[in-house]
Amino acid sequence: MPENNFENNDATGRDPNPEARSHEAAVREVRETADTPAGSHQKDLGGLSTGIMMEHFVADVARTPVTATDSRSAEGAPVSLWRDAWRQLRKKPTFIIAALLIVLVIVVALFPQLFWTQDPSAATSQCLLENSNGKASPGHPMGFTAQGCDVYSRVIAGTRASLMVGLFTTIGVVVIGGIIGALAGYFGGWIDGLLARLGDIFFALPLILGALVVMQLPYFKAHRGVWTLVLVLVLFGWPQIARIMRGAVVEVRNADYVVSARSLGVSSLGILIRHIIPNAMAPVIVIATISLGTFIVAESTLSYLGIGLPPSMMSWGNDISDAKDAFRSNPMPVFWPGLALSLTVLSFIMLGDALRDALDPKARKK
Amino acid sequence: MAWYLVKRLLQLIPVFFGATLLVYFLVFMTPGDPLAALCGDKGCTPGVAAALTEQYHLNDPFFVQYFSYIGGLLTGDLGVNFSGREISEVLAGAFPATARLAIIALIFEAIFGITFGLYAGLKKGGWFDSTVLVLSLIVIAVPIFVLGFVMQYFVGVKWGLAKPTVSGAADWSDLILPGIVLGLVSFAQVLRLTRTAVAENASADYVRTATAKGLTRGRVVRVHILRNSMIPVATFLGMDLGALMGGAIVTEGIFNVPGIGNQLYKALTLGDAPMVVSVVSVMVIIFCVANLLVDLLYAWLDPRIRYA
Amino acid sequence: MSMSQENNRPLLEVRNLGIAFTTATGEVQAVQDSNFTVMPGETVAIVGESGSGKSTSALAAIGLLPANGRVNAGQIIFDGQDITHASEKQKVKLRGNQIGMVPQDPMSNLNPVWKVGFQVRETLKANGLPAADEDVTRVLSQAGLPDAEKRAKQYPHEFSGGMRQRALISIGLSCQPRLLIADEPTSALDVTVQRTILDHLETMTDKLGTAVLLITHDLGLAAERAQKVVVMYKGHVVEAGPALQLLRNPRHPYTQKLVDSAPSLASRRIEVARASGVEADDLLAEHPRTSMQAALKQDFVQVQDLTKVYKLRGSWGRSEDFTAVDKVSFAIPRGTTTAVVGESGSGKSTVAKMMLGLEPITSGSIVFDGQDVAKLRGKEMFAFRRRVQPIFQDPYGSLDPMYNIYRTIEEPLKVHGVGTSKEREKKVRELMDQVSLPQSMLARYPNELSGGQRQRVAIARALALNPELVVCDEAVSALDVLVQAQILNLLAELQHDLGLTYLFITHDLAVVRQIADNVCVMQKGTLVETGSTDSVFENPQTDYTRQLLAAIPGAGLINAV
Repeated sequence: MPENNFENNDATGRDPNPEARSHEAAVREVRETADTPAGSHQKDLGGLSTGIMMEHFVADVARTPVTATDSRSAEGAPVSLWRDAWRQLRKKPTFIIAALLIVLVIVVALFPQLFWTQDPSAATSQCLLENSNGKASPGHPMGFTAQGCDVYSRVIAGTRASLMVGLFTTIGVVVIGGIIGALAGYFGGWIDGLLARLGDIFFALPLILGALVVMQLPYFKAHRGVWTLVLVLVLFGWPQIARIMRGAVVEVRNADYVVSARSLGVSSLGILIRHIIPNAMAPVIVIATISLGTFIVAESTLSYLGIGLPPSMMSWGNDISDAKDAFRSNPMPVFWPGLALSLTVLSFIMLGDALRDALDPKARKK
Repeated sequence: MAWYLVKRLLQLIPVFFGATLLVYFLVFMTPGDPLAALCGDKGCTPGVAAALTEQYHLNDPFFVQYFSYIGGLLTGDLGVNFSGREISEVLAGAFPATARLAIIALIFEAIFGITFGLYAGLKKGGWFDSTVLVLSLIVIAVPIFVLGFVMQYFVGVKWGLAKPTVSGAADWSDLILPGIVLGLVSFAQVLRLTRTAVAENASADYVRTATAKGLTRGRVVRVHILRNSMIPVATFLGMDLGALMGGAIVTEGIFNVPGIGNQLYKALTLGDAPMVVSVVSVMVIIFCVANLLVDLLYAWLDPRIRYA
Repeated sequence: MSMSQENNRPLLEVRNLGIAFTTATGEVQAVQDSNFTVMPGETVAIVGESGSGKSTSALAAIGLLPANGRVNAGQIIFDGQDITHASEKQKVKLRGNQIGMVPQDPMSNLNPVWKVGFQVRETLKANGLPAADEDVTRVLSQAGLPDAEKRAKQYPHEFSGGMRQRALISIGLSCQPRLLIADEPTSALDVTVQRTILDHLETMTDKLGTAVLLITHDLGLAAERAQKVVVMYKGHVVEAGPALQLLRNPRHPYTQKLVDSAPSLASRRIEVARASGVEADDLLAEHPRTSMQAALKQDFVQVQDLTKVYKLRGSWGRSEDFTAVDKVSFAIPRGTTTAVVGESGSGKSTVAKMMLGLEPITSGSIVFDGQDVAKLRGKEMFAFRRRVQPIFQDPYGSLDPMYNIYRTIEEPLKVHGVGTSKEREKKVRELMDQVSLPQSMLARYPNELSGGQRQRVAIARALALNPELVVCDEAVSALDVLVQAQILNLLAELQHDLGLTYLFITHDLAVVRQIADNVCVMQKGTLVETGSTDSVFENPQTDYTRQLLAAIPGAGLINAV
C-alpha cells in the first residue's frame, strides 16, 4: 500500500501535477531559499507576501454580542449530586423496570399472604401425592412438584428467605468492607498494607468455595439458617467492597477541598466522615446494589448444593435442588423458581447499572 | 521488572499461607470436635479415627498440625478420603477433565467476549450495543445452575445438538456444552468490561493522535484501541479462574463431568471433610498461581507497571 | 504550477463553517459561520478562551471531531479540494503527509504501551515513507530530541513532558505535511521549555515551508508567532487580521477586552490603591510616614533555611532522599504580596504546604508573627490555622461537590465555633457580597457554577475567618484570561480593603508582575533570586531569571502596544 501512495494522492486530486511529490519538494526548496531572509522572524513579514488575503475582518457586533465575563445563570432548583442522579434515573426505562420489580419482590417478601392461595408451610396445606408432577390448573398456575406441592405458593413463600440473605449480607459487607476500605485508603502506609494483604487472603478464597468449606462443617450444618448464611457470606464477601471503598477514598483523599478542610483545622476523623466518605459513597452504592443480586445467587447456589438454608426453610435454591432429579420429566418446578430468582437478581443488577451511569462523576464535570 | 516480580512473589507468600491457614483454622478450630468434622455425619470406625488423628496430628499443638498439613499439601501427600483412596490420586484422575472444561470456558469467554465487546464499544449507543448490554445483564443475572439445566434441557434433550451428560472419557467434544455454560456468565462480564474499556480508549487523546498520523481505522482499532483495552480484560480473565472453579462444582454436577468439581460435590453430599479441605486448598493454590501469572501478563501488557 | 499561483491559492479555506454537537440535553451549535484561510507556508493563530470553538474548527479540517460532533454548515477547502464531507479513505490519505497535527497535552497523546520509536515508525509506514531505524532516529533528532537512537527504544512514561512534546512534534512533521495544526502545543509545559520548543517548531516549519494553524488561548503567544490572528468567541470568528494590526487596533469589543486584560506591567495593587486615593509612591516609600506604611515594613513571616526532604521508595526496598526544598530563606512583610515563582519541580508548592502547616518541616524554620510554626501543637495549631488560609488552583477540585455554597462558606465558621447560626448566616452573606457573588447562589452546588465563580467561593471560604495570611497556590492558573484578570483584581481589592498578606505561588511571571511586591525565584528546590518585583523584573541578577523573563510569550510585543 505505501508504494501506491503517490498515485492515490493523485486520485484524490490533491495535486494536478503527476510528479506531485518530487516536484513539490523542489518547489519547497526554492521557496525555502527565497524566504530565508524574511522567514527567520515571522512577524516582521507583516502583510507582505500574503497581503491580498489579509484584510482586517471584524464581525458584526450585534450578531456576536460580548456577554458578561464568566457568569453562569442557573435556573430552577439547586441540583445536588443525588437530585441530579434522580433526574437522570427517572427517565431511564431500565431503572423504572428494575425499581418496579424490586418493589414487587419486597412486597411479596413482606406480605406473602396477599399472593398465595394457601400457606405452603401451614399444617393445613397438604402436598397431595395424587398431584405429583401435575400440570398447571386453575388456582395452581405453575403446576405441582414431585411431592405434589403447589409450585406457585412455594415460589411466593421462598421470596423472603432469598431477599433477607441478600439484603443483610449486603448491609454487613458495606459496613465491614466500607470501614476497612475507608481506613486503609485514608491512612495509607502500613495500615493500608496490612489490610490489603488481609483482603488478598480472603480474596484467594472465592465466595462460593469459602462458604462451601464453612457450611459443610458439622457446627454450621447444625445451625443452618438465614443468619448463619449471612455471617458466612459477609466473612468472604467484604474484600470486594473494601477494595472499591479504598480506591474511592484514595481518589478523593488528596482533593483540594480535603486539603482546605485540613488547613481549617478539621480533625482527621472529621474530614473522613464529613468530606471523604460522602464523596466516596457513589461507587460503593453501585457495587453494593449489584452485590445484593450476587449474594442472592450465592444463597441459592449453596442451597442448591444442599448446604445453604435448611431443607425445612422454603427458598428458591432449595426448591430447585429438590426438583432437579425429576427435571427431565417435569422441568417446571425448576423453571419457575429459577425464573423468580433470575428476575430478582436481574432487577438488582439493572438497578446498579443504572445507578452507575447516573452517578458517573465524569458525566457530571461540565 | 525484576523488582516487580520479586515484590509480587513476596506478596504471594503471605496470601498463600494466610488463605490455607484460614481454611485450616475454619475446619479445625470452629466449635466441635475436629474428628467429628472429619468423620462427617456417619461417624468413623475407631480405626479410621486413629488414622485421621495421626494424619492431621490432632494431638499436637495447632501450628504443628497446620505446618504438617501444609507440608503434605506441598509434597502432594493429601492423605486418604473416606473410601480409603489416596486423595492426590483421585485429584490427579479428575484433573484433566476440569482443566479441559476450564480451557473451553476461558477460550469461549475470551474470544466471544472480546469480539462482541469490541464491536459494542466502538459503536457505543448503537442498537447492537444496547441489545448486547441488556442481554449480557440477563446472562449475568441467571444463576449458573438454572442456566445449566435450561441449556441441558433445550440443547441436549430437546434439540439433541449435544450430549446432555458426559460419558466416562470426557473428551473435548463432550465438554463443549458444559464449557460454554461454565463460561457464559464470565463471557457477559468480559463483554461488558471490553466494551467499557474500548469506549473509553476510543476517545483517548492518543487514539486521536494516531488517527491524525494517517493510520487506517483498522490499524488504529487493532494497535491502539484494542491493545490498550486488553489490560483490564487480561486481569479479569485471570481473576475469573476463581469464579470458574466455584462454577465448576455446579456445572460438573449437572453434566456429570468426572472432574474435580464433581468430586467436591460428591464429597459435600457424603460429608467427606478431608476431601473437601484438600480440594479447596488445591484450588487456592491454583488461584494464587493464576494471580501471579496475571501479574506477569499485566506487566507484559503495560510497560508502566514494569518500571514502577 | 508557478510559485505565484501556489501562493495565491489558499492552502486551507474555511467558509461559513458550522459544527454541532449532540449532547444529552440536545443539539449544541459549537461553531457558527466561521471563516478563515491559511496560505501556503503561513502561520495563522486562532485565539480564544476554552469553549470558544477554536480547537473544534481546526480539528474538523482533518475529520477529527469527537464522535458526537458533525459539520452541519459551510465548507472546508484544502488545496482547492472540498474536503468537508470527504470519505474516511480520502481523509486517511490527507492525514499525516498533507495535514499533520501536534496535540495539546504531551502526557496523554502518546500511547503508553508502545515505544516512542514504534509510534514514529508507524507514522512513516502509514504514509509510505521509508521506516528503518535510521529514519526513525533522524526524524526524532530533527525535532531536537537528544540521544534519539536510545530514546526511540523507550516508553513515553520514561520521557519528560518537554521530550514527549518533541516526540509529538517529530510525529506531526515526520511526513513533511503542507499544513500543521498545532493545538496549544506547549500550554502544558514550563515557560522556558515552551520557548525552546516553539522556536524549534518555527525553524522546522520554516525549513519545510509548512503552513501552521496555531491554536492558543494566549494572545501574546499568537502575536509573537503568527502573521495572522483569528479571534474566536462563543463559536464565532469575531475578528481576524494581521497580528500586529489586530493587537494595536482591536475593533471588536471582545478583542478589546482581551487586549486590555493581557498582562500589563503596572502592579494591579498600585492601580487599585491609586483609584482609592493613595499614592503609589507612598506605598513604596523608604521612610514610613503612615501606620499602613509602618505595617508594610514589619516582617510578618520569616522563612529561614527552610528545607524539606522526602524519602522516596526505590526498587529493591531502598529509599532515596529527595530534597524538594533546600535552605530557602525569605521574609514576607505584613500587608504585601510575595510571589514564589518557579517551574514544575522547583519546590514552590512544597513551600506553600509547609507555610500552611500541612507538611512537616525537615529543617529550618517558618516564624509566623513571632511563633515558630514547626513547634505549634494542638490548640496553638488550631489558632494558627485560623490566621492562615489557602486558595487552590483547580476550581473544580477545591470545593466539596456534596456541599452547597452556603455550607462551603459556613464550614470554617462552624469548625472554629464562630457565632450563632444567625450570626454565621449574616457573615456568609457579607462574604458573598465581598466576592461579588449574588445571594441567590447560596443554595447552589459547585458543579452549577463556572470556574471563576467557584474561585470566588473559594476566596470567600478562605476569608471567612478573617485570616491575616492567604496562601494562593496557582490560584488563577486554571482560569481563562478575562476571568483571571477579574479574580486578580478582586484579590487586589480585598488586600487593599482588609490589609491581607498574600503568599502567591505561581509559574506565571506575567501574574507576578501584576500582583506581587516581592518575588522569590525558585529552581530545583533552591532560591535563586529574591527582591522587589520591580528590581527583579528590571534588573535580573541571575541567568535563570533572565531566561524566565525572556520566555514570557509576547511580553515585548504587548509592552510596545
